[in-house]
Amino acid sequence: MIDLPWNFAAIPQYFLRFFPAALMTLQITALGIFVGLGLGFVAGMMRLSTYKLISLPSHFYIWVIRGTPLLLQLFIIYYGLAVIVSIPRLPAAVIALGIHNGAYIAEIFRGAVQSIERGQREAALSLGMTSWQSMKRIILPQAFRRAIPPLGNQFIIALKDSSLASTIAVRELLLRTRQVGSSQFMMMEMLIIAAVYYLMLTSVLTLITNRIEKNLSKSDRRN
Amino acid sequence: MYKNNIIEIKNLDKYYGKLHVLKNISFCVKKQEVVVIIGASGSGKSTLLRCINFLEFAQKGTISIDEKIIKTKATDLHKVRQEVGMVFQHFNLFPHFTALGNIIEGPVQVKKISKTKAILRAEQLLEQIGLVNKRDNYPSALSGGEKQRVAIARALAMDPKIMLFDEPTSSLDPELVGEVLSVMKDLAKKGMTMIVVTHEMGFAREVADRVIYMDEGRIVEEGDPEKIYQSPENERTKAFLSQIL
Ligand SMILES: Nc1ncnc2c1ncn2[C@@H]1O[C@H](COP(=O)(O)OP(=O)(O)O)[C@@H](O)[C@H]1O
Ligand SMILES: [Mg+2]
Repeated sequence: MIDLPWNFAAIPQYFLRFFPAALMTLQITALGIFVGLGLGFVAGMMRLSTYKLISLPSHFYIWVIRGTPLLLQLFIIYYGLAVIVSIPRLPAAVIALGIHNGAYIAEIFRGAVQSIERGQREAALSLGMTSWQSMKRIILPQAFRRAIPPLGNQFIIALKDSSLASTIAVRELLLRTRQVGSSQFMMMEMLIIAAVYYLMLTSVLTLITNRIEKNLSKSDRRN
Repeated sequence: MYKNNIIEIKNLDKYYGKLHVLKNISFCVKKQEVVVIIGASGSGKSTLLRCINFLEFAQKGTISIDEKIIKTKATDLHKVRQEVGMVFQHFNLFPHFTALGNIIEGPVQVKKISKTKAILRAEQLLEQIGLVNKRDNYPSALSGGEKQRVAIARALAMDPKIMLFDEPTSSLDPELVGEVLSVMKDLAKKGMTMIVVTHEMGFAREVADRVIYMDEGRIVEEGDPEKIYQSPENERTKAFLSQIL
C-alpha cells in the first residue's frame, strides 16, 4: 500500500468541530439571498419599465455588478467604505453577497417575465384589468414558477461564493478550515471536511428546489 | 351618425413603423348585430379587432363605443375594455387557474364581485358552454375546443356589451370546430353584439347580419352574407372566396 502523506483517519474526529462554521456559511448565504431576492425583484421590475428614468438605473446597477468581481465588491463595502461607515464583518459580507446576487436575480426575474407569452397580458387587459393587475395576478405568478430553476442555480452559486467572506475574517467554513488546518498541520484533511460540508449544503439546496419545481409543475402545465 | 350604433369607427389609419396596416377604415356596428370579417392573412383583421379593444392604437381616426369617442390618452382604457370581450385564436387561458378560476378572475378582480357570487355566475356559464364537469380542470387538461369555450365564458363573465372573436376556431382540430361555433351561434341568437373574424362560411351564413371583406388594410366590400358569398362585386373578393371555398 502506498503511504499517503495525509492522515485521513483524523477526519471524523474533526468533522463536528466545523458545524458552527457551516451554520455561519448557511447564515451568510440565506441572508445574502434574502437581500438579493428583494433587490433583484425591484431591479428586475425596474428593468422592465418602458420609462428610461426607471429602467436605466437598474441597467446601470446590473452592468456594474456583473462586470466586476464579487471579491472587489466585498472589499469596497468592507474596506473602501470604512472611512465613512465601518460595517461589521458579517453585515458587510451579507450586503456584498446580496447586492451581487441582486443583479443576477434581477436578470432571472426579467427573463422569466419576458418569457410569458404576450397573449397572457392581452387576455388580462381584455378582461378590463389594469397593467398592474395583469402583472400581479397573471404574469408574476407564472414568471415566479419559471424562475425557480435558475434561482435554485443562483442560490448554489451564492452558497459557494459565501466562502469569499473568509477574506474579511468572517468565521465561516473556509476560514475555519484554514485556521484548523494550519494549526493542526492537516490542511488537506480539513479542506476535505469543508468540501463535504459544501457538498451537503448544495445538495440539500438542489433537493429543495427540485421538490418545489415538481410540486408547482403538477398544477401548472402549459396550455 | 345613426342611433343604436354601439361601435362607430371613422377613418382609422394604423401603421407599424412604415407598414400601413389599416387604411382609412370606417364602419359601424349596431346593437345586437353580428358582423363577420374575412380577408387574406396579413390583411389587418386582427389589428382592427385589437384597435377596437385598444390593445393597439391607431394613429388616425376615431373609435366610439356606446356613442362616446374613446380618447386613448385621456380615458381609462381598462374601463372601456371591461365592456368589450375578446376571444383569441390561441385561447390565452391562464394556465395557473382552473377553468372556474379563469372565469371568475375578471369579475372578482376587476368588478370586485364577491367570490361566491362570481362562482354562481361562472357555474351558469359553464353550463351554457356544456363544461360543468370540467369546472376544476386546469387548461392543460382541456382539449382545444374546451379551452376555447372556457375562454368565451371567461369573456362573457364580465357581461360585455360587445364580443370580439379573432379566428376563434382556426387553431382547432376540425372535429372540435363545431362545438365552439355552436356556443357562438347560441350567443348570437341571444342578442350579443359580435364582431367575428372567421372563414367559417356556415357560421357567417347562419348568424351574420353582415360580412366585411378586407384586403391589404382596406374594407373592399361589405354586405349581407348571401350577397358576399354568392355574388361578390369586387374582383379581389371573388378571387379570395374562390381560394377559401
Ligand atoms: N406587432 C406588430 N408589429 C409589426 N407588424 C405587425 C404587428 N402585428 C401585425 N403586423 C403586420 O400587420 C399586418 C396585418 O396583420 P394582422 O392584423 O395580424 O393581419 P390578419 O389578422 O388579417 O392576418 C401584417 O403585415 C403583419 O405582419
Ligand atoms: Mg389575424
